[in-house]
Amino acid sequence: MEPSILVWLLPVPPILAFFLIIFLTNRSKSLSHILAITATFLSFIGSMVIVTLAIRSGHLGEEPFTSVLNWFPTGDTWFQIGVWVDPLTVATLFFVAITILVIIFYSVGYQNYGQPKGDHDQPGLPPHGATVEDEQGHKHRVPSIEPMYSRFFAFLSLFAFGMYVLVISNNLLTLFVGWEIMGLCSYLLIGFWYAKPSARAAAIKAFLTTRVGDVVMLLGLAYLYSLAGSLSYDVIFSEETLAMLTSTSAPIFGVSAAVLIGLFLFFGTVGKSAQFPLHVWLPDAMEGPTPVSAMIHAATMVSAGVYLVVRVFPIISAGMHHGEPTLTMNVMAFIGAFTGLFAATIAVAQNDIKRVLAFSTISQLGYMIAAIGIGAYVAAAFHLFTHAFFKALLFLGSGSVIHGVEHGVLHTGEEIDPQDMFNMGGLRKKMPFTFWTFLIGGLALSGFPFLSAGFWSKDEILADAFAHANWPVLIVLAFAALLTAFYTMRQITLTFLGQARTESAGHAVESKWTMVLPLVVLAVFAVVAGWPGIPEDFPVIGGFIPNFVHEFVGETLAELPETIAFHWVPLVISLVVSLGGLALGWWVYRGLPVGAQDPLEKLLGPVYKLLQNKYYFDELYDYIFVRPAYWLASTFTYLWMDRTIIDGFLHFVARIIFSLGGILRNYIDKPVINGFGDFVGESVKRIGRSGRFIQTGRVQQYMVMALVIAFGTLFYYLFFLSQP
Amino acid sequence: MTVMHVVFLITAVVSLGGAVMVVTARNLIHAALWLILTLFGVAVMYGLLSATFFTVVQVVIYIGAIAILMIFAIMLTRRVRQEPGSNVNKGWWLAGLIALLLFTSLVWMLSSWPGFQTTLQELPQDFDSIQVLGTALVSPEGYVIPFEIASVLLLAALIGAVVVAWERKS
Amino acid sequence: MIPLSYFLVFAAALFCIGLYGVLARKNAIAILMGIELMLNAVVINLVAFWRFRSPESITGQAFGVIVFAVAAAEVAVGLALFISIFRRRNSIAADEIDLLKW
Repeated sequence: MEPSILVWLLPVPPILAFFLIIFLTNRSKSLSHILAITATFLSFIGSMVIVTLAIRSGHLGEEPFTSVLNWFPTGDTWFQIGVWVDPLTVATLFFVAITILVIIFYSVGYQNYGQPKGDHDQPGLPPHGATVEDEQGHKHRVPSIEPMYSRFFAFLSLFAFGMYVLVISNNLLTLFVGWEIMGLCSYLLIGFWYAKPSARAAAIKAFLTTRVGDVVMLLGLAYLYSLAGSLSYDVIFSEETLAMLTSTSAPIFGVSAAVLIGLFLFFGTVGKSAQFPLHVWLPDAMEGPTPVSAMIHAATMVSAGVYLVVRVFPIISAGMHHGEPTLTMNVMAFIGAFTGLFAATIAVAQNDIKRVLAFSTISQLGYMIAAIGIGAYVAAAFHLFTHAFFKALLFLGSGSVIHGVEHGVLHTGEEIDPQDMFNMGGLRKKMPFTFWTFLIGGLALSGFPFLSAGFWSKDEILADAFAHANWPVLIVLAFAALLTAFYTMRQITLTFLGQARTESAGHAVESKWTMVLPLVVLAVFAVVAGWPGIPEDFPVIGGFIPNFVHEFVGETLAELPETIAFHWVPLVISLVVSLGGLALGWWVYRGLPVGAQDPLEKLLGPVYKLLQNKYYFDELYDYIFVRPAYWLASTFTYLWMDRTIIDGFLHFVARIIFSLGGILRNYIDKPVINGFGDFVGESVKRIGRSGRFIQTGRVQQYMVMALVIAFGTLFYYLFFLSQP
Repeated sequence: MTVMHVVFLITAVVSLGGAVMVVTARNLIHAALWLILTLFGVAVMYGLLSATFFTVVQVVIYIGAIAILMIFAIMLTRRVRQEPGSNVNKGWWLAGLIALLLFTSLVWMLSSWPGFQTTLQELPQDFDSIQVLGTALVSPEGYVIPFEIASVLLLAALIGAVVVAWERKS
Repeated sequence: MIPLSYFLVFAAALFCIGLYGVLARKNAIAILMGIELMLNAVVINLVAFWRFRSPESITGQAFGVIVFAVAAAEVAVGLALFISIFRRRNSIAADEIDLLKW
């Protein structure tokens, strides 16, 4: 069939799975996960077909697969929506399809399918383990199955639908629709264990923070629509529209419309991709189950933010004169680089295995945004692509680690936090598969040379920064890369190397094949995914395969971006920071004994406290925004306006009406109306009572009366009427 | 003033006096007897009007049947104890007033009628009123139908009276 | 000789006396007697008119005969009624037969 028709069908299986699961198969756990996996598998197959067709078509940049249909009428014309598959879409589809499938498959094992129901498990709380008796009568505690199993898969399917819609859409409006669906699913899934107050709070925090970004983004969309008359890519990225946008002057800030729109849309990304200052939701979002963290907060949803800015790069870079970045790009470079470093510093001081990865995600997204900011379009897309794989791998790996330690906790009955890295150690021997795949992911994240995908994409960004002589960005990103490697090795050392620091870690068990297989698949990609992007003039290795990423993805833009010439300096910088960071991390944390303090604490002193508390940004926001909002809601709106003014007014009106009613009742209704009615009835009765005496029953009296009246009438007639 | 006048006068006085006694007599039997006298007077009146058949019929039917029947009824409906109190009801004066009023209006209206003072005409000598009456009552061009209906009426009255007065054996 | 007016006045007087009896007497049979007087007055009127106004046509007398018959029938039925009432209520005073009062 036509590729564009197949593209329309890509989001369909997940949304069907969602509805089928919630309406039909909610009670059956196996049916639900079969539906979810089948749906994502179908979409995966479809995506791979599209990818193959796209690559084979050869000139996808000029002729993307598109198909439109009319959605709603707008005056004389229709607002059209449709699908759009250009090289950027293909690259995104590739990693989205694979990661979603892999993560949903992983969830089967993560949610403990096949395990018995827990002793005290309630829907809304994480499963706490079941007690089983073996043949000898020993009671063991084992992990129990998640009570809300089907719901999880339903939400994941809905999420997949949202992501597919975002990726394949041909206009910013349906992209926004997918964006918002994913925001909703993020809320639902972060607050999956809704009985935990911390999860509820985290869900609301995530939703509201990203909402701030979304509102500004919507303003940007509206402004763009008002100027360009359409939100479809083929219109808004055309030469005429871009020229119009740069020449139109925006009503505020005194900048051109293109800059303003770019800034507003970027602000949406700031929210969705957790950049400074809207980064506060992502660490708390780790309250959700680990597959959620992997999918939403590593591979797909936060990537959607970067996808957006990559997609609207023509608008962001409109008005670039001779490689001079626009204001938007400068803002993005600043925020991206700042966030990259900022998050990396915080990650260094975190003890929760998932928090480290969360801040790492924020940092890496900062990288990508900084790359866009300096104009490295292809490098940003490339890093997005590789990051999805290894970050998902890292999160899934951490989920496996947590499961292993929890198993140990259930076995020993210790009361420790299974997510704290200081309670782990020595898991290399207990969970080998997890260890090796996690190591590969960690190396990719640190940019370990040549073998990992992360190296190629990070190196590209640094090379680009160097080539454009963008020293601030280069230095900041390099320092961030150093820190990244450091905290990654810190994480690996604390978790896997050395000796187990707690009994639970000592009793950890490797996870089931349903969890390990996805790790292996992703590990393969973490290594291999960088190879299509090796620059052609790289010494020794370059040139074996063409720089597919550059050629293919670069086609998306109107003119192919320039190939950055190879230079030694950025390569050396990359090598130094990654290898140095890894070595440093291993050296500081190796052999950390039980109960020992973090060595960094001694070193950094009070700064460590600052880092551990995330620079107290949460407290700051609470003070500035959250508390006033609560005051506004509870006191101003509720107490003053609602209760006092509005209710007061209503009560007043009610009282008036009551008294009016009383007056009417007592002075008009009862005396006049009732009285009149009663009077009429009473009079009739009285007349009757007095008149009935005529009827005496005596015939003679009747006759007398008749004759009297007859005579009277006769006389009246004779004497009064017939007078001439 | 001829003989006729005198006869008329005496008859009228007797009849009217008897009538007054009928309506004022306390004892009902007396009233019935006074009624008989009045009816006799009326019979004489019929004679004066040359309606001889009527005279006879009056005596035979009215006095002989009706008045006797009334006497029987009076006897059958007597209470053991003679009822005290007046024999007229409360509004008797109004009744008297009405009667008077009616009389005066009748006489006044009749007197303004020109035919009021018509005098007697001589009947032909061979006028046999009975035969003429008899023929009229049975001839189809005459009054046979009212006659027959009257007989039906009498039959109905007969049956009715019997039924009404039948003593129910309870 | 005797003008019509004499008979008419006589009949009117008899009629009115009968009317007084009907309206004023308590005993039902007395009322019936009053009715008989009125009927007689009527027949006298009829015969008088026949004799004075149209003696050749026998209509007046025929009418009178019919009136006699009706009067007789009426008396019979009435007396039967009175007897029946007397049996039930032991009284035929007209002002005591007042069941149809209010």
